[in-house]
Amino acid sequence: MINISDSATKLNSLNRRMFILATAKIIILGGIVSRLFFLQVKENKKYLTLSDKNRIREWKLPPIRGEFKDYFGNTIAGNFEAYQLHIIPEEVEDFRYVIYRVKELLQLSEKQFKKILKKKNEIKPWETLIVADNLNWEKFSKINNHLYDLNGVKPVISISRDYPYKENFTHVLGYVSQANENDILTNENIKEKFVPGLKVGKTGLERSFEKRLIGSNSVERYEVNAYGRRISQLAFQKGNQGETIKLTIDTKIQELTNELLKEKAGSICVMDIYTGSIIAMHSAPSFDPNSFVFGISQDEWQLIRNNPMKPLVNKSLSGNYSPGSTIKPIVALSALENEIISPDFTVQCKGHKNPLELYGQTYHCWKKEGHGFVNLREAMKQSCDTYFYEVARRLGVDRLSVTAKKFGLGKKVFKNIFDNEKNGLIPNTEWKKNALGRNWVLGETIITGIGQGFIQTTPIQLCLMTAQIANGGYKIYPKIVANDENQYEDKFKPLYKKARNIKIVQDAMFSSTNEVRGTSYRSRLEDPKYQFAGKTGTSQVKKITERDRELDLKTFQIPYEERDHALYVAFGPYKNPRYALSIIIEHGGSGGTIAAPLAKELFKLIVDRHEIRKNYDNKKYLDI
Amino acid sequence: MYQYTRFENRNNIFQKVGNLDYVLLTCLLILGFISLATMYSTDGGEILFHTRSHFIKFIVFFSMMIVISFINIKFWFSLGYFSYAIILGMLVWTVNFGITASGSKRWIDLYFLNLQPSELMKIFIILCLAKYFHRMKTQYVNSFYAICFSLIIIFVPMSLVIIQPDLGTSLLIAISGIVVLWFAGLNHKYFFYSCLLSIISLPIIISFLKPYQKLRVLTFLNPDRDPLGAGYQIIQSKIAVGSGGITGKGFLKGTQSYLEFLPEKHTDFIFTLYSEEFGFIGSVLLLLIYAIIIYRVIRIGALSRSYFAKLFCYSFGTSIFIYIVINMSMVLGLLPIVGSPLPIMSYGGSSMLATMIGFGIVMSAKTHSQQSIA
Repeated sequence: MINISDSATKLNSLNRRMFILATAKIIILGGIVSRLFFLQVKENKKYLTLSDKNRIREWKLPPIRGEFKDYFGNTIAGNFEAYQLHIIPEEVEDFRYVIYRVKELLQLSEKQFKKILKKKNEIKPWETLIVADNLNWEKFSKINNHLYDLNGVKPVISISRDYPYKENFTHVLGYVSQANENDILTNENIKEKFVPGLKVGKTGLERSFEKRLIGSNSVERYEVNAYGRRISQLAFQKGNQGETIKLTIDTKIQELTNELLKEKAGSICVMDIYTGSIIAMHSAPSFDPNSFVFGISQDEWQLIRNNPMKPLVNKSLSGNYSPGSTIKPIVALSALENEIISPDFTVQCKGHKNPLELYGQTYHCWKKEGHGFVNLREAMKQSCDTYFYEVARRLGVDRLSVTAKKFGLGKKVFKNIFDNEKNGLIPNTEWKKNALGRNWVLGETIITGIGQGFIQTTPIQLCLMTAQIANGGYKIYPKIVANDENQYEDKFKPLYKKARNIKIVQDAMFSSTNEVRGTSYRSRLEDPKYQFAGKTGTSQVKKITERDRELDLKTFQIPYEERDHALYVAFGPYKNPRYALSIIIEHGGSGGTIAAPLAKELFKLIVDRHEIRKNYDNKKYLDI
Repeated sequence: MYQYTRFENRNNIFQKVGNLDYVLLTCLLILGFISLATMYSTDGGEILFHTRSHFIKFIVFFSMMIVISFINIKFWFSLGYFSYAIILGMLVWTVNFGITASGSKRWIDLYFLNLQPSELMKIFIILCLAKYFHRMKTQYVNSFYAICFSLIIIFVPMSLVIIQPDLGTSLLIAISGIVVLWFAGLNHKYFFYSCLLSIISLPIIISFLKPYQKLRVLTFLNPDRDPLGAGYQIIQSKIAVGSGGITGKGFLKGTQSYLEFLPEKHTDFIFTLYSEEFGFIGSVLLLLIYAIIIYRVIRIGALSRSYFAKLFCYSFGTSIFIYIVINMSMVLGLLPIVGSPLPIMSYGGSSMLATMIGFGIVMSAKTHSQQSIA
C-alpha cells in the first residue's frame, strides 16, 4: 500500500504543478494577444504606412523641356520625337540572337556594340537597356518591319531637344546634354527632377533659365516586390512641360549675321536703341548644338575644342577686345561734356614724319601722310589718332573712364543671364594703382584715347554704348527675353549734361560713314530710309614697331594671330534712329574695309524687318 | 491489478473509436485546413510545391495519428527508452553523414524523404523522461542520481543538435525535457537556482555564441541597427503583422508576402503571413484553436489513469504551448530570431511527423484512459 500512497502524492504534485503552469499559460497567452493588439490595432496605421512604403515605388519620367521662341513665335529650340530602341533583357528569350540581329539591322560599329553590351551588364535584367537613342526614320521603320523576329525589342518614341536653326543660336541659347554629377550638385532644381537620361542646359540661356524650362516630372506609381521588380502600375501623374520663353531675337537677322560671319571669327550684336531688345547676337565660328543632345563623339568634340578660331567662346559676351577707334565717340563726348574742347578745337596731324612725342615716346597716327589741320568732326570722320591723342591728354583718363562707364562700358550688360559674360575693363589711375601697384603714366592716357592699352570692351558693350549715343544719350537696359518684367528706376535717365554734345557726336559719326574721306564711306547706304552712321575701329593685337611701319605690310601678309581686329559700331536709320549694332571680326584687318561692309548688308535687312516687327507688335501682321 | 489490465485490453475497436477525443480531432483538422490555406497563399494563390507537399504530409501524418491512437498506451510506454536510443542514433548519424543545407547538417537522407531527427527528439525525449519518472518513488525524484541521469538524457541529444548547428531546436529539446522534470516534481529551488545561474552566466554564454547568433541577439534588442541585413526579418515581419490591422488584408492579399518582403514565409514566419491576411481577429481565432487543442491534451492527461500518460500529456501540451509562444513571440518581435516552427502550421515534414506522433500518443492515452501501467 506504500505504493498506492506514493503514487497518490506523485499525482497530487503533478496536478498542482499543472495548475500552476496552466495559470502561467493563460497569462502568457494574454501577453501574446496584447502584443497582437498593440501591433495590429494600435500601431496599425504606422505599419500600414511602412508596408505601403515597401510595396509602392514611384518612377519619375524625364520632364518635357520648355521651348524657346524668337520674337515672331518661331521655335528656335524645341522638342522632337526621337526614335529610340529599348530592350528589357529579362523579357528577351535569346538575348544574344536579338542583339546581333539588331546590330546587323542598325549597322552598329564594333565600338558601339561593345558599349551596349557593357551597359547591359551594368543594369538589372528588368531595367531598360537603350540600344539606340536617336534613330533616323529609315532605320526605325526597318526595325519595325523586323519586329516579328526581335522578341523583346521595343521601338519607343521619346521627347528630345531640337535646335532647328542649328549653329545660328548656339551662343545665345547654349545647348542641352545629359546632366552630370556637377549639374546635380550645384542646381537644386535638377537634383529634385533628376532621372537618368535627363538633359539639362549646359551653357547660355538653356542653363540660365533651367528653372523655368525644366518642367515637372511625370510620375508613375508601381507596386514592386522585394527585389524592386515592377508588378503592376497603380497610378500615372502627368507632369507639366516647362515654360516657353520668347526672345527678342529676329531669326531672319540672326541668320544673316551667321551668313556674314561665315569662315570668320567674330561677333555681331544688334540692339533696339529704345527698348534695349537684342535683335541679333551672334558669335562665330559657331557649332551645331544638336550634336551635344545625345552626347558628342570624341572626334567631333576635339575638332570643336581645338579649332584656333575658338567656336566654344561666345565672343559677343566673353570676348574682351581693345575697342580701337570705336571708343572715339566716347572720348569726344567726354571731352565735350567736361568742356575740355569745343567742336571747333583744332589739332594739326603731321603724319609719320612728325609724330606726337612725349617723354621720348612717339605716337603715330594711322595715316602716313597725316590729316593736316582737323577739327572734331573731321577727326572723327577720318579717325585721326593724333587729334584724339591730344584730346585724351587734355581730358585725362579719369574723366574719360567716368563717361565710358556711364555709357555701359567696363561692366556686364546682362545682369546674370549669361554666366560667361565678361566685364571688360575701363582703366583709370586708381584702378592701375590697386591692380598693378604702379602709377598711371601719361602715355597710357594717350593710347587709351584711341582705344588701345589697358582698355577692354566686349562687343555687346560697344553695341550698348552706340545705342545710348543713338537714342540721344538715355540709359537703356538690354534684354533678350521678350516679356522681361524687370523694372529699372533709372531707365531712360539722361546720360549727358548737354543734349547738344550727343548731337555733335552723332553728326560726327554720320560724317564718318556718309561723307567723302569718311573711314566707312564705301559702306554707306544712300537711301535715307536705310542710311546709317557709324564708327570704324582697328584694334592692334600687337605693338607696331618701327620695322613694321617701314614694311607697311598688307593684312594677308601678316600671320593670322598678329593681324588687327576689325571693328565697327553703327546706328540707323540716321534720320530716325532705331537700331544700333556692333561688329567685330577677329584678326580681320582694318575696320573700314572688313567690318563696315557687313553693316551695310545688315541695315538693309534690319530696317526692312522693322516694319514687320512693328506690325507684329500691333497684331496686324499676317504671315502669308 | 494485472487482471484488470487484461480485461481492459479486450476493448474492441468500436469502443476505441467511440473513445477518441473528437473535439481535439476537429480542432486539428481545422488547424490543418487553415495551414493549407495559408500555404496556398504563400505559393501566391496557386497550388504549387509547398501546398501540395504540405497537404500530402498532413493527410499521411493525420492518418498515422489515428492509427497510433488505437495502439495501447502501454506499447508506447515500453517503447520509451528504445525510441529515444534510436533517435539518438539518428542524431549521431546526422552529425556524421547528414545532408548539409544552408550551413547546417540537420537532415538524414532516407531515400524517400529527408528526416530531421532533432524534431522527433522534441517528442521522444518527453516519452523517455516520462517513462523514467513513471516508476520513480517521490523521495527519489530529487535525489542526486535521478537529477544527474535525467540531465544526461537531456544534454546528450541537445549537444548533438547544437553542433549541427541548430540552436533553436536544441533549446526546444531542452525545454521539452525540463518541462517533464518540472511535472515529475523536481524541487522548485533547482529551477530557481538554475534560472539565476543562467542569468548570471548570460554574458559568458553570449561570448561563446557564433557571430551570427550574437548578431541575432543584438538585432533583437535593436532591429533598426541594420534594417536591410540582420534586422530585416524582424522589421518586415512586424510590418506585415502590424499592417494586417483588425480584419487583415484579406486572403491572398498580403502584400508583404505576395511581394516577397517576408522571409521564410513557409516555415518560421507562416504566422506573420496568416496574421497579415486575417488580421487581429484571425490571429486570436488561431490562438483560440491552439488553446483548445492544448486544453484538450491536458484534459486527456487529467482523465488518464496512469502516471505515465498524465506526465506525457501534460508535458506534451506544455511543450506545444511553449513552441507556439516562442514562434509567435519571435515573429512579433518579442524574442530574438531562433529557428522554431509553429506546430502544424509551418511547412516541414519532420516537425509535422513529430507533432502528429505526439498527438497520436495523447489520443492513445485517451482511448486507453483506463489503462494502468505497472
